[in-house]
Amino acid sequence: MAVCIAVIAKENYPLYIRSTPTEDELKFHYMVHTSLDVVDEKISAMGKALVDQRELYLGLLYPTEDYKVYGYVTNSKVKFVMVVDSSNTALRDNEICSMFRKLHNSYTDVMCNPFYNPGDRIQSRAFDNMVTSMMIQVC
Amino acid sequence: MEVAAGGGCGAGPPLLLSESEQQCYSELFARCAGAASGSPGPGPPEATRVAPGTATAAAGPVADLFRASQLPPETLHQITELCGAKRVGYFGPTQFYVALKLIAAAQSGLPVRTESIKCELPLPRFVMSKSDAEIRFGNPAELHGKKVQIPYLTTEKNSLKRMDDEDKQQETPSPTMSPLASPPSSPPHYQRVSLSHGYSKLRSGTEQMQPASYETRQPIGQPEGSSSEGPGSKPLRRQASLIRSFSVERELQDNSINYPDEPWRITEEQREYYVNQFRSLQPDPNSFISGSVAKNFFTKSKLSIPELSYIWELSDADCDGALTLPEFCAAFHLIVARKNGYPLPEGLPPTLQPEYLQAAFPKSKWECAIFDSYSESMPANQQPCDLNRMETSVKDMADFPVPTQDATTGDDKQALKSTVTEPLPKDLSEDTATSKDYNSLKARPRSRSYSSTSIEETMKRGEDPPTPPPRPQKTHSRASSLDLNKVFQPSVPATNSGLLPPPPALPPRPCQTQSEPVTEADLHPQLNRAPSQAAESSPAKKDAPHAQPPSKPIRRKFRTENQTTESQEPAAAVGGAASAAVVKPHPTVQKQSSKQKKAIQTAIRKNKEANAVLARLNSELQQQLKEVHQERIALENQLEQLRPVTVL
Repeated sequence: MAVCIAVIAKENYPLYIRSTPTEDELKFHYMVHTSLDVVDEKISAMGKALVDQRELYLGLLYPTEDYKVYGYVTNSKVKFVMVVDSSNTALRDNEICSMFRKLHNSYTDVMCNPFYNPGDRIQSRAFDNMVTSMMIQVC
Repeated sequence: MEVAAGGGCGAGPPLLLSESEQQCYSELFARCAGAASGSPGPGPPEATRVAPGTATAAAGPVADLFRASQLPPETLHQITELCGAKRVGYFGPTQFYVALKLIAAAQSGLPVRTESIKCELPLPRFVMSKSDAEIRFGNPAELHGKKVQIPYLTTEKNSLKRMDDEDKQQETPSPTMSPLASPPSSPPHYQRVSLSHGYSKLRSGTEQMQPASYETRQPIGQPEGSSSEGPGSKPLRRQASLIRSFSVERELQDNSINYPDEPWRITEEQREYYVNQFRSLQPDPNSFISGSVAKNFFTKSKLSIPELSYIWELSDADCDGALTLPEFCAAFHLIVARKNGYPLPEGLPPTLQPEYLQAAFPKSKWECAIFDSYSESMPANQQPCDLNRMETSVKDMADFPVPTQDATTGDDKQALKSTVTEPLPKDLSEDTATSKDYNSLKARPRSRSYSSTSIEETMKRGEDPPTPPPRPQKTHSRASSLDLNKVFQPSVPATNSGLLPPPPALPPRPCQTQSEPVTEADLHPQLNRAPSQAAESSPAKKDAPHAQPPSKPIRRKFRTENQTTESQEPAAAVGGAASAAVVKPHPTVQKQSSKQKKAIQTAIRKNKEANAVLARLNSELQQQLKEVHQERIALENQLEQLRPVTVL
């Protein structure tokens, strides 16, 4: 039910972005891009606290008419952004949180692969499968 | 010929096939079509009369057949396109024959073109791995039918099959020949890049089934008599007989063993090879290879990085960034398969799963008692036998183990078996008993297993007071083999001999280990205290310093090297040759030297691992530090910006 999932590197370029193909993908890319500002704002707002005290899950970044955008940031400043269809009201915050956690776990698995250089695009099939499951399942 | 009249593929001029080609192709086509339909199908003589255009060969058997031709996949794709099957969507007889002709052309080295098929070509060669054959064509349920046997009687895709059947008849009176058949046929089977090796084991185990199958097949062999082309080598006949035995045994075998994904089954030879490779990277089979080491190693295979990345993803089941021995074997096998043209699977095949790999291969193939069984936990009463076995195994380690412990462990088997809850092979039960010590250290899926400690501890317990954990050495954390070479070069045996702790010979000297590199003055008093080493006066001088850090073998290894060099200078009278000659002072010490060597090696491994982990941790912390620094800088900047505002 997530219509778009993106993994953004620390330097704010995408490592992985995937949206449901039915929609106009450009729109989602744009939304993700603009959401990065919000993410940075949230991170810096919490900047007073130490890094470990900062929450990884950022919550709702901003809502639009049709969509809601959620954010999650890791300790190494890798950001996960998820765009969710607003019509799916049944989706709870903690569900989104658990989805992000799954994403994070898959991401660390990708990292563990010695053939993966940090900063490369993510081409792991396992990661793909996991994202696909997330994008389809909740419908 | 049927081809010209067949459903138009429109690929070009009609095929002109020679007599032999006609027969061969039609038979192959019949097989593919017959097997695809799954029904018993007509006998071979009728196969040649398959009406063109009415039968189609299913893609599966055809794909297998093409793969058996051992052409690269791109060529096969080309052929498929050229023959028109892609266009029409199926393999009609026309397409099939064109494809076969193209395969023959490709195998002869001609380019894959429609023009190639015009000329006279030898028959296409198909090396069928038995696995593919029996999957596609083996039909155990129909084993007892007569006619029914034809589909997998003809599993041999080579037309020599007919000749085989003729021979079969001659062989049936002497079914005892079949056991002889299996060994000679092994070599030709191994043409298939040894991916079907696994069956050599199974083959030898199922000879008894052959007599039964022979009789039923006998009448069928008759109609197959006709011209046969090609070299008709004996091994291929045997191949046929074995394929039959296979199909017989197939239904009798335990399903858990008989996975359909034969290319992914690791044979004994391959297994040993992988284990040896593992050992070259990481001597302790219980431990794991770190990601960077594995990366360097696998990069040598010249596969592309994305493929290697995918293979890693498949094989590193617990995603911890390191490969244990079964994971390593799986990865290696996938690489081997990929290099030989097999496409990578979507998921890890069941025969390559770590649990399967650990269970499937008997202890004899692994290094003696060092066998990591994650799932086993043995009761405590096994301990005494374990220790015994471990002692013996440790001794064997030096001789590079071929299992000789079966004798010693035979009596233990009974006791062990009763306690083993899982239906593992007998050898595995031995392993679990021996390795039950390790189980306490054993990995949960995501944890690291430093199980080598068990053997080291045992060894050390038996020798000297336990040494403190070895500190990281000056060496880099390279592949251990390199360090091994450096460590165990000719000059070092002198050091090693000195590192030997001869407990019976010398009183333990733990205090010595704490001292700094010994000065000359210290050397001499120590010399006096080294009675056993005093073979000669000057060698004794060398020996004593070597014997000095026996109780602290690992840590002082390089110190002793220094000592050796130091002592070499003062003891100038002793030539360099003397040090080499001194290598083996006493026979009692020798055995322990190898033990000690192993202990040192494993300790070095541990060091390396600890090093790697710490290095990783270090880099992560550095990263965090950097980020914190940046934050701090950002904050300071903000402060700067805010300050003028407040001032004003």
